[in-house]
Amino acid sequence: MSLLEARGLSIAFGGVRALEQVGFTVDRGEVLAIIGPNGAGKTTLFNVVTGLYRAHGGEVRLDGRDVTGLPPHALAARGLARTFQNLEIFFRMSALENVMVGRHLKERRRLGAELLGLPSVLRENRESRARSRDLLAFVGLEERADEPATGLPYGALKRLEIARALACEPRILMLDEPAAGCNPVETEEIDRLIAAIARQGVAVVLVEHDMRLVMRISDRVLVLDQGRRLAEGTPSQVRSDPRVIDAYLGRHGVAAAHAA
Amino acid sequence: MAEFVQLLFAGLTTGAVYALVALGFTLIFQASEVVNFAQGEFVMLGGMVTVFAYNAGVPLPLAALLAVVVAAATGTLLHSLAIAPAKGATVVTLIIVTIGASILIRGLAQIIFDKQFHALPAFSGDEPLRVFGAAILPQSLWVLGGSGTIVLGLWLFMERTLLGKAVRATAANRLAAELVGIDTRLVLTLAFAVSAAIGAVGGILVTPITLTSYAVGTLLALKGFAAAMLGGIGNPVGAVVGGLVLGLLEAFAAGWISSTYKDGVAFLVILLVLFALPQGLLGRAAVGRV
Repeated sequence: MSLLEARGLSIAFGGVRALEQVGFTVDRGEVLAIIGPNGAGKTTLFNVVTGLYRAHGGEVRLDGRDVTGLPPHALAARGLARTFQNLEIFFRMSALENVMVGRHLKERRRLGAELLGLPSVLRENRESRARSRDLLAFVGLEERADEPATGLPYGALKRLEIARALACEPRILMLDEPAAGCNPVETEEIDRLIAAIARQGVAVVLVEHDMRLVMRISDRVLVLDQGRRLAEGTPSQVRSDPRVIDAYLGRHGVAAAHAA
Repeated sequence: MAEFVQLLFAGLTTGAVYALVALGFTLIFQASEVVNFAQGEFVMLGGMVTVFAYNAGVPLPLAALLAVVVAAATGTLLHSLAIAPAKGATVVTLIIVTIGASILIRGLAQIIFDKQFHALPAFSGDEPLRVFGAAILPQSLWVLGGSGTIVLGLWLFMERTLLGKAVRATAANRLAAELVGIDTRLVLTLAFAVSAAIGAVGGILVTPITLTSYAVGTLLALKGFAAAMLGGIGNPVGAVVGGLVLGLLEAFAAGWISSTYKDGVAFLVILLVLFALPQGLLGRAAVGRV
C-alpha cells in the first residue's frame, strides 16, 4: 500500500477533458516529478489531489483510506501539504509569521487559556516561533525572518512557501513548479532543499519544467500530455522515450535532460 | 460647558452603537469581503427579542442572552443559506444577497413581532447623573461600558486565540489559510455568528434609550456602514473610531445646527469619505495584485 495513491482521475471543464484516467503513487522519501507540455493537466492533477477541484471520476487514497473530495484543510490535517505555482503567501505578514500560521494544526486549541495568556499558551507560542525560525533557517531565510513578505524577492517567496508547508509537518509535500522563475543559483538551492526534505522521509510530488532539476532529483517521472499519461519511469527511461521527446522534450530538452 | 458635556455624552452613546455595527461590518468584511447590509437587522433582533421575551416574563438578563443567541443563529443561517451557496459569486452579487436577506428578516420580524415601538426598562434606573451640569443617563454608561467590553474582548480573541488567528489568516488569504489546515468555512460561519451577536448586544444596550421596532435596522446599517467607511473598512480600530466620530458629529450637528439634519450627517460623511478619503481614516490603500 502506497502512502499516496491516485487512481483513474478524470475531470472535464466544459468540453475540455483536462484529465483522463490519470493516476500515480508515491511513498515515503520518494521524489516523483510530473512533467509535460503546458496544458497537459499537471496543475489540474495537483488541484484534484489536494481537494481544490472535485474529480468526475477516480479516487485518491492516503494511507489506503479514501480521501477523494476532502477539502484542502482536511487533507492538511492528514499530512498533505502543497505550494502553488503562483504563490499563495500572506503578504501582509512577516516571513516568520507566514511560517507560524503553518503551525496552525500543530497547536492545541484552548480558548480560555489563550484569552488569559496562561504560561502554557505562551510556552507553546514560543515553541512555534522557535520551530518556525528553524524552518526558515532550513530554507535559507533566517536572515529575513522579520521582513514583511511583500518585500521578499520571488525566489525567497518560493522557499518561504515551502517552509510554511513544512510547518504542518506533512508526510506528503506537493510542489507546483518550485523553481519557476528562479535563476540558476536559486534553482540549485531548491534542488538541494527538495533532496533534504525527501531524506527526512517526506514523499515529494512536484510539477516542474526545469529538466535539469527534474532529472537530478526525481526517483520517478510521470509524463502527461493532453490530460493523459504518456509515460512513466525513471529519469533515464523517460528522457530516452521517443514519445516523450516528441511531445515535450524536443531535441533541446533532451540535451538539457542529459546534461543533468 | 453643560451643553457641551451633554452633547458629548449623547454623541458617544449613539457613537458606541454605531461602532458596534461598524465592527460587525468589519468582521464579516475582513473574513469574506462581503459588506453585510443585514447587519442592522441583528441590532433590531437584539432589541426586539429581548423586549418580547422580557414582556413574556423572562428575567431581563436571560431575555438578553436569548436575544444574542437568536441573532447569532440568524447570522449563522444567513451565511449557510444565503452566502455560502453563492460561493464564487462576485462581491456585488453577495452584497445584493445581504440586502435581500435584510428585507426578509425585517419582514419576518414585522409578522412575528408587530409594528409598534417598544422600550425596555433602563438596567440601573432612570435617575440621571449630574456631570458638569449635564444630565447623564445611567444607561449611557451601560452602553459605553458594554461596547468597550466587547471591543476589548474581540481584540483579545483576535490577537490571542488560535481561532481568532485563523480568522485573521482567512482574511489575509483564504486559499493559503485553507492549505495550512484552517477550516475556512467554519471561520466564515463564526464571523457571521460573532458579528450578529455583537450587533444584538448593541441593540439590547441602546433600546432603553432609543426604543426599538422591527424597522430600526435599516438606518442603523447605513450609519454603521458610514462609520466603517469613515474609519477605513476592514480595520477594527477604524470601525470604533469611525462609530464614535459619527456619533459625535450627529450629536453636535443636532445640538448646534438643527436636529432636522441629524440623520443627514451620516450620508454627508459617506459622500465626503468617497470624494476625499476613499481609504478612510485608518484604512490602508487597496493594493491590487496583477
